[in-house]
Amino acid sequence: MTSRESILNNIKKNIPSSTIELPDTNIPHTSYKDKNKQFAISLKSVGGDAVWLEDESIDEFVEKNYQNSEVIVSTCKEFTGETKNANIPNTPHPLKNVDLAVIKAEFAVAENGAVWIKNSDNRHRALYFLATKLLIIIDKNNIVDTMHEAYEQITFDKKGYGVFISGPSKTADIEQALVIGAHGPTSACVLFVRKVSY
Amino acid sequence: MKIGLFIPCFMNELYPEASMATLKVLENLGLHVEYPIEQTCCGQPMANTGCAKEAGELAKRFLKIFKDFDYVVAPSGSCVAMVRDNYAQFLEGKEGFEHLKTHTYELVEFLHDIIKPTSMNSSFPYKVGIHNSCHGHRELGLASMSERNLPAFSKIEKILSLVDDIEFVTLKRNDECCGFGGTFCVTEDAMSSAMGIDRVNDHLSAGAEIMTGVDMSCLMHMQGIIDREKLPIKTLHIAQILAGEL
Amino acid sequence: MGHPEKAAEFIANDERMHWHDKALWFVREKRDLASHRLDEWEELREVAKQIKTHTINKLDFYLEEFEKNAKKKGLHVHWAKDAKEHNEIVLKLLLSRGAKKLVKSKSMLTEECHLNPYLENNGIEVVDTDLGERIVQLRDEAPSHIVLPAIHLKKEEVGKTFEKFLKTEKDNCDPTYLTRAARTHLREKFLNADASLTGVNFGIAETGGVVVCTNEGNADLGASLPKLHIASMGIEKIIPRLTDLSVFTRLLARSATGQPITSYTSHFHAPVEGGEMHIIIVDNGRSDIIQNDDFKQSLHCIRCGACINTCPVYRRSGGHSYGYTIPGPIGSTLGASKDLRTNKTLPFACTLCASCSNVCPIKIDLHNQLYKHRQSVVKAGLLGAKKYAVLKVATWVMKHPMLLDFGGSMARKIVPKLPRSILYSKANIWGKKRELPKFPKKSFKELYKEREENK
Repeated sequence: MTSRESILNNIKKNIPSSTIELPDTNIPHTSYKDKNKQFAISLKSVGGDAVWLEDESIDEFVEKNYQNSEVIVSTCKEFTGETKNANIPNTPHPLKNVDLAVIKAEFAVAENGAVWIKNSDNRHRALYFLATKLLIIIDKNNIVDTMHEAYEQITFDKKGYGVFISGPSKTADIEQALVIGAHGPTSACVLFVRKVSY
Repeated sequence: MKIGLFIPCFMNELYPEASMATLKVLENLGLHVEYPIEQTCCGQPMANTGCAKEAGELAKRFLKIFKDFDYVVAPSGSCVAMVRDNYAQFLEGKEGFEHLKTHTYELVEFLHDIIKPTSMNSSFPYKVGIHNSCHGHRELGLASMSERNLPAFSKIEKILSLVDDIEFVTLKRNDECCGFGGTFCVTEDAMSSAMGIDRVNDHLSAGAEIMTGVDMSCLMHMQGIIDREKLPIKTLHIAQILAGEL
Repeated sequence: MGHPEKAAEFIANDERMHWHDKALWFVREKRDLASHRLDEWEELREVAKQIKTHTINKLDFYLEEFEKNAKKKGLHVHWAKDAKEHNEIVLKLLLSRGAKKLVKSKSMLTEECHLNPYLENNGIEVVDTDLGERIVQLRDEAPSHIVLPAIHLKKEEVGKTFEKFLKTEKDNCDPTYLTRAARTHLREKFLNADASLTGVNFGIAETGGVVVCTNEGNADLGASLPKLHIASMGIEKIIPRLTDLSVFTRLLARSATGQPITSYTSHFHAPVEGGEMHIIIVDNGRSDIIQNDDFKQSLHCIRCGACINTCPVYRRSGGHSYGYTIPGPIGSTLGASKDLRTNKTLPFACTLCASCSNVCPIKIDLHNQLYKHRQSVVKAGLLGAKKYAVLKVATWVMKHPMLLDFGGSMARKIVPKLPRSILYSKANIWGKKRELPKFPKKSFKELYKEREENK
């Protein structure tokens, strides 16, 4: 008997003949009068920043706020200031030198400051974790209240990778002292813009 | 209304004043109370040590003694929790058990839920810290638990508020365990004492002159620490406050 | 040595014990703040419980669904019936791909399987990349908490460890400085790794993928740099649908540390370009627990650690006093299920205060399980002859009220007269830190009888 068979048989030994139905996950839940405000509060509480672009372009915003970033890559067509193409290297390792990654996200979640990154137009998912700083571009209309609405917009029928990113990497493993910037990016800013092509 | 008074075994032996105060509180409200003389122990120490067979024997005995009362009332959250939550393992389906399970009350919840008095005709002009003994608190639901996201309430505070001149203090940790835990108090004595002294210190720094609660076992444990460390605070069972004693 | 002795040692250092207690209580308070912000918190817990109850009762079906859908996406699926087989599968995968350097993110399952020493004995360099885990790895200690592995250490101790292994500045124990040093040190490990191993928070049957939640980004750095990604998953980690994650992701981080979500919630449904992803489904005693209705719910656990943070016993005794992979309430029930003989003191390392059951996001009846495990200890003859004899005698006395009355009145006459040296001898365990209660002259029963006679 294979291990697979022995495990499944052992489980089947005490499976009851019937069980409760799978419940509906979409229970009545919190919604926010001002999703943007809540998102900004949530993201700030985890060490990130939320900005709504008014008259500036993304390029201008980056030039103003990321003056020290030398190596800049992007997965977002609306940004034209990248200094290198992150999709050219055949392995992700060269991306360790990326100072700023301007990446696009599908939508934002107000309750927890998270954004959903589908990893389209990006060859190496390591980029999201190797870059020193992240600037995340989102269409300002793409914001939902909670994870309930979030998961309604996600499918994994095909193979792939997706990640919710909420703020920069962090740890409190040394005497509970919160340190922003653990192994992943040390800063994460979410930029809400008028239009993003997905 | 025929009430059977259930006095925990050790309260009978060591805390006759608190036991008598319980009787007095009920009788002062005009209630008819009997104390079945053959009662001994509900079996909690045995059950908590995993001795199911022995606990079951005492459970059967308890049912026999108390099954004909309209209500069974005890000055102990943990003993009542034993009857309401843990007796089913031994007595499910037995005649009289369903009634016993649903009509056995701890003193404060009996007053709060059933009798609903509007005054206790007593005065207690002291700063009081309420120790929310775990069984009464989390098993019987005597007050809202700090862990849960439910509306705040306290049956203990509500009933104690009927006593004139009483003042409540606010603790740092409203419902942390005191560490008595039954046989735990000797099998893990270092932990038990460490937990107990932290509880007492919480009440001391909150300015309490008296610590009270619905479980004499918790109070006995903390009083033992208070006496050893000679701390400026006393414990008093809630029945004695309700009866206006000091 | 069981829990009582180890706890006594921990408590003997009063300052440190209180420091540890306060640190964990702080995490519990953060959890309370987060859970009180959501009006629907209690409903979320109830739905989570229903999802897990349904799933465990159809676990064979969902495991097969998971395997089918994972394979459709090109993921490899292995089955390991025990720790030994799990470790062998991992080693075989590494050796066959010529992998010598492994980076690992947090996985209590691999702790349970003692994977690290096994791999190291077979020539593999294993680097735990979660900061807390790396610290304890360098110190050759076990983690003392499932979410906060180094919570038992003061920053000075971490500083000394990093001085030795990472060549950091002498006496610099600033957490930010030390974290930056670890970042540099571990970056080098990530970039040079041949393979990575992650745990799994949730395996989704509907899609065949796995979800990993971290704050540090170490699981993702590991899984996205080298070409080989191994994910070790206990059978109980399966959830039926993607939408179930909406409930669990709202509960997990809030329960664990009071944050609304972890920094990263990664959904792995494919390896990296040119890479391969292997999922190892591990039993190691879990399917046996399913067979016991009393303890089945312990398999619902999502490893948030909330029960550990709230446990007043854990906070004052530390994770190492449990002697099991996982400490605290959930560790005590899992440990008792796994090996009752070795872990027989764990169900008793508890006052049955029920705080754990109240914080559990899946509403596992933790304190009831520990209560029930005590009965298993007695049935297995592991209580100890002396303890059992005392309880048997007590039961017998309780069935004979006249004996009880007589014994009580003798005690009330004699005890007050005994000298302190006898009363508080070493045999009096109660008396170590407490005075005995003042023995009254009469019992309540005696007073009651007198009162009735005088009526």
